[in-house]
Amino acid sequence: MIRDLVLRVIAKLLIPFVLLFALYVQFHGDFGPGGGFQAGVITAAAVIFYAIIFGLPAARRFAPDWIIESMVSAGVLIFGGVGVLGIVLGGNYLDYFVLAHDTVHGQERGIFWVEVGVAVTVSGVMLKIFYMFAGRRRDLDQA
Amino acid sequence: MTLLTMMAALTIAIVVQRNLFAVVVFSSMYSFLMATALVALDAVDVAMTEASVGAGMSTVLLLGALYLTRGDEVKPLRRSLLPLLVATVIGAALVYGTLGLPAFSDPQAAIHTHVVPRYLGAALRETGVPNVVTAVLASYRGYDTLGETVVVFTAGAGVIALLRRRRRGEPHR
Amino acid sequence: MTLAGHYSYWVTMFLMISGLYIVIARGNLVKKLIGLGIFQTSVYLLYIAPGKLIGGTAPIVAASFSTYSNPLPHVLILTAIVVGVATLALGLAIVVRIREAYGSIEEDEILEKDQAGEDGR
Repeated sequence: MIRDLVLRVIAKLLIPFVLLFALYVQFHGDFGPGGGFQAGVITAAAVIFYAIIFGLPAARRFAPDWIIESMVSAGVLIFGGVGVLGIVLGGNYLDYFVLAHDTVHGQERGIFWVEVGVAVTVSGVMLKIFYMFAGRRRDLDQA
Repeated sequence: MTLLTMMAALTIAIVVQRNLFAVVVFSSMYSFLMATALVALDAVDVAMTEASVGAGMSTVLLLGALYLTRGDEVKPLRRSLLPLLVATVIGAALVYGTLGLPAFSDPQAAIHTHVVPRYLGAALRETGVPNVVTAVLASYRGYDTLGETVVVFTAGAGVIALLRRRRRGEPHR
Repeated sequence: MTLAGHYSYWVTMFLMISGLYIVIARGNLVKKLIGLGIFQTSVYLLYIAPGKLIGGTAPIVAASFSTYSNPLPHVLILTAIVVGVATLALGLAIVVRIREAYGSIEEDEILEKDQAGEDGR
């Protein structure tokens, strides 16, 4: 695929905009459709697109395995961490209203960090699963 | 409602088709039609998720699995009437059950009472977020979202455990 | 009970039983997983269609609208979609391992090989 000129040019034009769109969907999820899940999947789709056109080793150089594997667990830890922060600051688990000086700002802050955690985990998992499927060579000695 | 009819026709094509690559392309088309139907039903968040996850990620995973399993064609159908009979009987029972459900877009339906007017009225005031779906997902029902994130994490960990590459010379356990 | 009032339910039931039929009547494992996915999408329709109000809009609060479609099914189905793709990924990983162990993804061939293995031992 890397030899096809049209595909290479289109990929180089589109992939930055897809990543930017993922960030837009993540942060604009409060005012329009969107949120953590959609943003995570769109990020993974951009990197998968890059891997399909330019080859899996090139994508592995751009997004190495250890970063993706840490993203998988870091997102869940961020989410759980917001909950524990609620306990530390005086409320129950996953109480957002204690996180800032007044209730509404606390809710907004809590929702923001929770969505970030969700997006990090979802994009890490989708990308890791693609790496595992695409990187596994077919067993040529099987009947 | 033509969208729903097209989805039903596409499902019949999936049932009959034997070439697995064509079935995967049909299922991707089905997910796109489903996302369009969801926009027509005012479910914009769900439509975006279905389009990206159903039509994007599922197709990639299915094609990856077809590559690893050589994408053989499905064997010809054995002439057995029992599954068709079972499916028809269950379908008739389900259709009989739907006769008691409220008609489409009935404002007096039970689904619009209890807790939903509170969410719609109080979401902007209590959380400062206009998108009620995000507010409910992340704040009012935050525990469910925590559980869902853990499910996604478990799926990733499970696939890593199943498809880890063994070193050469190690026997398959 | 009118046709227009209940058409969405009937299409939902048709999608549900055709997904069920694919799962029970086809032997190919990948096709079974696709049938399971069709079954799951019919459940999404079942939840979201009753929440729609004709004349309402998407549940994003804005000053110029007063009627909104019901947001609660949207939240539940968002979770369901992501869990569905997680299940699909795990199922496909198991299918890949079955292919490497048995050499086929047709259900009857796998059962034959299992029987032969058991009788031969």
